[in-house]
Amino acid sequence: MQSSNAALWVMLACCVPCVPVVHAQVVPADSGRLRGTAGVPSIEGASGGGVVPWATIAGYGTADSVGGTLHGTVVRLSDFKLAAVGVAVGLFDRAELSYTRQVLDTGRAGQGLGIGRGTTIRLDIVGLKLRLAGDVVYGPLWLPQIALGVQYKVNERAALVGAFGARSHQGTDFYVSATKLLLDHSVLLNATIRLTRANETGLLGFGGPTSDSYRPAFEASIAWLPRRSIALGAEVRTQPNALHATRAGTWIDAFVAWFPTKTVTATLAYVDLGTIATRKHQSGVQLSAQVGF
Amino acid sequence: MRALALAALLAASTARAALYDDLGGKPSIERITSGLLRRSYADPRIASTFDQADRERLHVLLVAYLCQVSDGPCRYPGRSMHAAHEGLGLRPRHMNALVENLQDAMDEAGVPFATQNRLLARLAPSSTEIIE
Repeated sequence: MQSSNAALWVMLACCVPCVPVVHAQVVPADSGRLRGTAGVPSIEGASGGGVVPWATIAGYGTADSVGGTLHGTVVRLSDFKLAAVGVAVGLFDRAELSYTRQVLDTGRAGQGLGIGRGTTIRLDIVGLKLRLAGDVVYGPLWLPQIALGVQYKVNERAALVGAFGARSHQGTDFYVSATKLLLDHSVLLNATIRLTRANETGLLGFGGPTSDSYRPAFEASIAWLPRRSIALGAEVRTQPNALHATRAGTWIDAFVAWFPTKTVTATLAYVDLGTIATRKHQSGVQLSAQVGF
Repeated sequence: MRALALAALLAASTARAALYDDLGGKPSIERITSGLLRRSYADPRIASTFDQADRERLHVLLVAYLCQVSDGPCRYPGRSMHAAHEGLGLRPRHMNALVENLQDAMDEAGVPFATQNRLLARLAPSSTEIIE
């Protein structure tokens, strides 16, 4: 807990140099970035793919302005329903602040798990992402946009996740993402490495009976842009899990994102989240919508 | 070995010539340039950055530049990207506005999106010489 807070303060302190230098005139919200290059809201609130945070900064603000988004996501799985709503602010195409609330509805499966039918688990996520180098569109091809992110997560069901065997109901993820649009092929690539103690993003708490250490997760996205308003893609995200009793599987998804304008984004995905809380083959449909500037 | 090298060279040169042809050659690049300038001169986001520019000369230079970067049979006679844009105070928002106008102009000229992106791929790396 102490270390999580310290990490957040270090990130905030790093933000200070992000304020644009004097010669750059700060302009009102300009939505000045290219359509689609702000990604879509990911399930934890960071801009990116459906389940993977990219190095992009939320909204369409440029180096001289700010951007912001509101988003909502529903995932309908075989045994569970997951919903997320959140807000994100992009500062000078340099820093991204986000807040998201996830709600997992265990439905009938809750009964089988011994936690009661329809039990819900809420997870609050505060995210901070700092762009360190590069640009997703411009500059040399070998230099992707690179960002460092933290996600501080609090699960409101401390007793419940404790009963599952989780060591803690709160935790912090750290990740580095690299994202580049390969214009020659109209393909966007993203790779993310995350250090996490979370079980299923934190919905099942953090750490487990035998281990409470950080583990690496590997996440990747690929998207093809057949036209300016459409992205077709796929993602993979490994799930380290300290809860041996509940197991966890690698997440995969295939998505179509639609950017009719810079203000509206809609994403439809097929997701396969593997085993969640002992329930196998959790696949289904993810739908998300975002408005922003 | 030599045959292989020759084949690779041939493949590379046809791939390179292909972008100019895929864009529609000189007539299409003329149209794209006209569309780009028409939009940009009327675009409140960037119109003022053209205040000092001679539009006809700019048109000729842009056609030559786009022709050269797409491996067409032209030589761009103008200044370097850095020298040509120095002092204009161009920022990423100006660059993106120009790219959007270029995309619209290429849409108008019937250039497929994938071909548009292949041209943008040749232009994108020089952004660091243009943005201040």
